[in-house]
Amino acid sequence: MSETLERRLATHPRYAALQAEVAEFLFHEVELIDDRRYDEWLALLAEDLVYFMPQRMNVKFGEHAARENTRAGTGISWFEEDKWTLGKRVAQIQTGVHYAEEPLSRVCHMLSNVRITAAVPSLDDPAEVTVSSRFLVYQNRVEYENYTFIGKRHDVLRRHGDSWLVARREILLDQTVLLAKNLSIFF
Amino acid sequence: MSSSAFRPADYIDNERGLISREIFVNPELHRQELDKLFTRAWLFVGHESQVPLAGDFFQSRMGDESVILCRDKAMQLHVFLNSCRHRGMKVCRYDSGNTSLFTCPYHSWAYGLDGKLLGVPQFRELYQHTLDKDANSLITVGRMHNYKGAVFATWDPGAPDFETWLGGAKEHLDLVLDCRDGRPGGSEVIGVHKWIFPSNWKFAAENFLGDTYHNISHRSVDLIGIGPSARAGVTGRRDNEMDKAKHIWAGFPAGHGVHSAILPEDNEYIPSFMNDPEVEEYFRHCFYERKRRMGEKSRLIPFTGNLFPNISFHGRQPRNLCNWHPHSPTETEGWRFFLVDADAPAVVKDFLRRYYMRYSGPAGMTEQDDMENWLYATAASRGAIARRHPFNYQQSLGKWDVTAEGGHNSWQVSEQNPRNYYRVWAEFLNGSPWDVLVGGDPSYRQQAAQ
Repeated sequence: MSETLERRLATHPRYAALQAEVAEFLFHEVELIDDRRYDEWLALLAEDLVYFMPQRMNVKFGEHAARENTRAGTGISWFEEDKWTLGKRVAQIQTGVHYAEEPLSRVCHMLSNVRITAAVPSLDDPAEVTVSSRFLVYQNRVEYENYTFIGKRHDVLRRHGDSWLVARREILLDQTVLLAKNLSIFF
Repeated sequence: MSSSAFRPADYIDNERGLISREIFVNPELHRQELDKLFTRAWLFVGHESQVPLAGDFFQSRMGDESVILCRDKAMQLHVFLNSCRHRGMKVCRYDSGNTSLFTCPYHSWAYGLDGKLLGVPQFRELYQHTLDKDANSLITVGRMHNYKGAVFATWDPGAPDFETWLGGAKEHLDLVLDCRDGRPGGSEVIGVHKWIFPSNWKFAAENFLGDTYHNISHRSVDLIGIGPSARAGVTGRRDNEMDKAKHIWAGFPAGHGVHSAILPEDNEYIPSFMNDPEVEEYFRHCFYERKRRMGEKSRLIPFTGNLFPNISFHGRQPRNLCNWHPHSPTETEGWRFFLVDADAPAVVKDFLRRYYMRYSGPAGMTEQDDMENWLYATAASRGAIARRHPFNYQQSLGKWDVTAEGGHNSWQVSEQNPRNYYRVWAEFLNGSPWDVLVGGDPSYRQQAAQ
């Protein structure tokens, strides 16, 4: 996404309304997660969803574009999932014996810097939008466990009636060694 | 407790099957582990596939210290302490990459890929040519061994050969490192998870020593089914390859322990990896090819294991090597190296990596529950009252066969592997010589003599 193109998008007469609509959708989506309404959350995910959280690495200056993040489609990442596995993760929590989330953690998602960086075919009538945002996710577990996950998200949302479906989510957690015992929550 | 006052019997009572909680929380014992155990034991550093080219490096760890695994221009592998000889700054701060020099950011001392000190700023003016560059090379490990691509090292030049240390655990480690069709070696690392969890490192090691008893803690994944045939309706977290097998919990003189399985004599292929017909076909082929190649020996298949002290593995579903790096008595950095056959078809590798990701590590549906257990087992061992009460390690006490090697085989779920492991642990903290460390349980020798 070139800077010029982003500026052209942002000054488009439809941008502000669409940005507000998309942000509202994303806020609703994380509220479902925080409220543990997991089945309703799953319903917002497209059947062909790609849910991807790469690992990050310390690499030499100049190698960041090529090597800083693990890549989807090859090797190992934190998550490279489809809707089936996310459904399994929900089902696992719902067994009541998934001890990493039993008792359930308290999770609070904060999303900000929501920006539309692409719209296909156009901002006037978008079938898909690419949205970048920042997240701060707080997890409090049992009594004394606290984890803070901060990073960037790149989502592709697909128009679905008067709402959206999440078609792709890339989660860039700003850590190399994971500073948490588990990633047992949704992003 | 001073180090001179360390008495193993205070902590490890294998006759009664009682092990003190102190060994999981006590800072002095932890310091002694770093001083006496991690400075001597063979440790897993990385895999040759992570550094395939001249100049490639991978920043690794041994105990709580950073090391560099690299390949020099003559294609030789080296392992160095990642610390400048001048003021100690890390000379390598990238997780991996390719270089011709490791240059310290602090005063710019520069080292070659063979560890030699090559560059010292103002060498002539400030050191008058008297600085001994050879004596100031990067600190190198005492011994290193590349075993089927997996690189192991020890700081102790007097340590026994890698394979002596490995003993009979070799045939089980082979099951992890060999190709699925039985060809020796041939594995590659496709990624490494790194994460920190608030638990003593030995809880993690013990889990893989053959603590099959904790299977119940994974009931949630077994109920929902996440295995390689889950989409085809098979429940559980793995395929049922071991359904008809006889399970064995084997311990070895140097403290290693495994849980493997022996297939029946007239074993046939049990359908597995059924989510994808192409992948299923591949593993069917591998099964028969391995049987043809290895004959009777192909009946042994791996489940889990732990090489003393902190090298764990999952042999098959999933397949990986792990390091449990100590950070403090109650903090561990887990590293998991995921393995596939280097020459497996792309579709197989893709299937396996997805399975590994949903199974293993902090994001894995199975192992999240392990981390929960290790954390709270550690935390609950800190209390003054709690520490007065040792852990119970009495499971299958006395129910094992002594092996010719001086190890043991148990044919039922057993805590003999951890008892054997902590026997060796105590010998390390005791400062015992290597013949004792790899010599096995003295009571077995007595038994054998009778």
